[in-house]
Amino acid sequence: MAQTLYDKIWQAHDVGERIDGNSLLYIDLQLLHEVTSPQAFEGLQLADRPLWRVDANLATPDHNVPTDGRELGLSGITDEVALTQVLTLDDNCKKFGVEQFDIQDIRQGIVHVVGPEQGATLPGMTIVCGDSHTSTHGAFAALAQGVGTSEVEHVMATQCLVQNKAKNFAVEVNGKLAPHVTAKDLVLAIIGRLGTAGATGHTIEYRGQAIRDLSMEGRMTLCNMSIEAGARAGLVAVDDTTIDYIKGRPFAPAGEVWDSAVAYWRTLVSDEGAVFDSVLTIDASDIAPQVSWGTSPEMVCGIDDKVPNPETMQDPIQAESAVHALKYMDLQPGQNITDIKVDRVFIGSCTNARIEDLRAAAAAIQGGRIAENVKEALVVPGSGLVKAQAEKEGLADIFTQAGFLWRAAGCSMCLGMNPDQLGEGEHCASTSNRNFEGRQGYGGRTHLVSPAMAAAAAVAGHFVDVREIS
Amino acid sequence: MDAFTQLEGMTAPLDRANVDTDQIIPKQYLKSIKRTGFGDYLFDAWRFLDQGTMGMTPNERQINHEFVLNLPQYQGASILLARDNFGCGSSREHAVWALKEFGFRAVIAPSFADIFFGNCFKNGVLPIVLEVKIVEELIAKSDGESTLHIDLESQVVTDGERTYNFEIDSALKQKMLNGMDDIAMTLAEVELIKTFEAKHKASQPWLFRG
Repeated sequence: MAQTLYDKIWQAHDVGERIDGNSLLYIDLQLLHEVTSPQAFEGLQLADRPLWRVDANLATPDHNVPTDGRELGLSGITDEVALTQVLTLDDNCKKFGVEQFDIQDIRQGIVHVVGPEQGATLPGMTIVCGDSHTSTHGAFAALAQGVGTSEVEHVMATQCLVQNKAKNFAVEVNGKLAPHVTAKDLVLAIIGRLGTAGATGHTIEYRGQAIRDLSMEGRMTLCNMSIEAGARAGLVAVDDTTIDYIKGRPFAPAGEVWDSAVAYWRTLVSDEGAVFDSVLTIDASDIAPQVSWGTSPEMVCGIDDKVPNPETMQDPIQAESAVHALKYMDLQPGQNITDIKVDRVFIGSCTNARIEDLRAAAAAIQGGRIAENVKEALVVPGSGLVKAQAEKEGLADIFTQAGFLWRAAGCSMCLGMNPDQLGEGEHCASTSNRNFEGRQGYGGRTHLVSPAMAAAAAVAGHFVDVREIS
Repeated sequence: MDAFTQLEGMTAPLDRANVDTDQIIPKQYLKSIKRTGFGDYLFDAWRFLDQGTMGMTPNERQINHEFVLNLPQYQGASILLARDNFGCGSSREHAVWALKEFGFRAVIAPSFADIFFGNCFKNGVLPIVLEVKIVEELIAKSDGESTLHIDLESQVVTDGERTYNFEIDSALKQKMLNGMDDIAMTLAEVELIKTFEAKHKASQPWLFRG
């Protein structure tokens, strides 16, 4: 029978159905960070259980680390509680023998940037991490899912997850994205149509010409936000782009093993005639650069649109949510998106902190400087290696000459666990993934955009259509 | 894990769709390396008018007296009534730890986000899916005196007058009824895993670095 890509990966990891009907899914790689792992390591020790497979784990601190003062190493972390968490990860990795890129390692960074960059993320793998944006790794045709801390501990102890199989969802994107319209705009447009729970209980496979045309970094941006449509995992089938990206990376196989791996990876596509439980078909050429206006990623529109009017919404719950959101965001129905002023700009996160993102952002600056009303514009590379690459290419100079702050790698203002936060009431053009209330700082107002849109907004002081300035 | 068999408790209505885990427990409290200590910060930005930091106690805070969980009639509620897609967003299990520590042992909603739903079962908090109409009725009736009885074994919720049946995966149900330890259950099948692992290593050796 014709299988979907998800069916194939599932089948290759199905340890066997248990008496109770649930499946055990074997996990090939667990990525660990400081925030959701300490309780899991503690649980393991309290029960006196070993780590099932040490080489299936890779760790790096990312969520709470400050992005300045990195040259000071651990003493750069002035928040004692955050420091304890980072030290706890250091201790646990030493104790259990887990490979870690610690805070002073150039390979340190956001787990979802680091895994692919190192070639630790490989096609056909099952991957978990105590972070919902683990879906990022689906760009490599890896079944990658975010899990809670109890499941982190479960995988540590058993190398398996107890899970029921999800349904298959095909998001088919035909045609070509217009110039300056990116994977970020595409995924925001998809979430806008699906809604924040539209793919709950499903694994999404992104298909079609527009997906094939994306680089690996674009595909990572796309899969990253699958969770914002409710899907635990998103997938893109293997093609030459996938294999070219992986070749030669430190953790990737080499020699004869490489050849047999590639031969297997080539099979990681949905079969002709495979049946999906749900399908969404969209035309890439219709998509404009996107800007979110509300407090859920589904509350999004094109840069050339206006803030919607809740009174014209059909669904009463959606209308009520929009009323709440507009009040929180201090926006008026009918307001032009281009009239929204920005107080801060954040370029970073597991969604958009890779080298192509930084290149696109730097290009959109076009020799300008950040506008006077912009209090701060942060650029936070996704890893130490992305940072070094951007410096080598002269991108860091472009940012700093334009008045942006150039920082060290981490999750930073995406979730504001470290000192990088929005002030109350401030509007932020952000390349991150969530515009929830208070997400980037208490009372902060997040607008999700692409890197080029964020950089352009920094220079203009308000949102602008990047297609018009380029 | 604590078992869940029956619960008789007061309901509190959170009449809002798409409540995300950032609202249930904001990020500043995730710096803890413990599983406890989160109850005081449940729905922090809604329960309080000031910005909280870890270590602050509720009596140091500015209470938002308009927020439903602060209304006197809902004190002691153990069943949260919520709207669609409850628990969306971040995978932080801290959200369930906070709900439980605050006193909620069950959440009733028309739908839940997947990761949150799974996290509930790891902690003896029962997420119950009921039809939108029923949840609306329960929310409308939730006046601070309204109580519900939940019987997991027979899969029913009753308010004394009416009885509502709910569906639940049979394996999850057994686990909750017995308060079983997931890891111990999986480790009981250690041979199955080892056999699979050897076969997996033979077919995809590049997945094994060690």
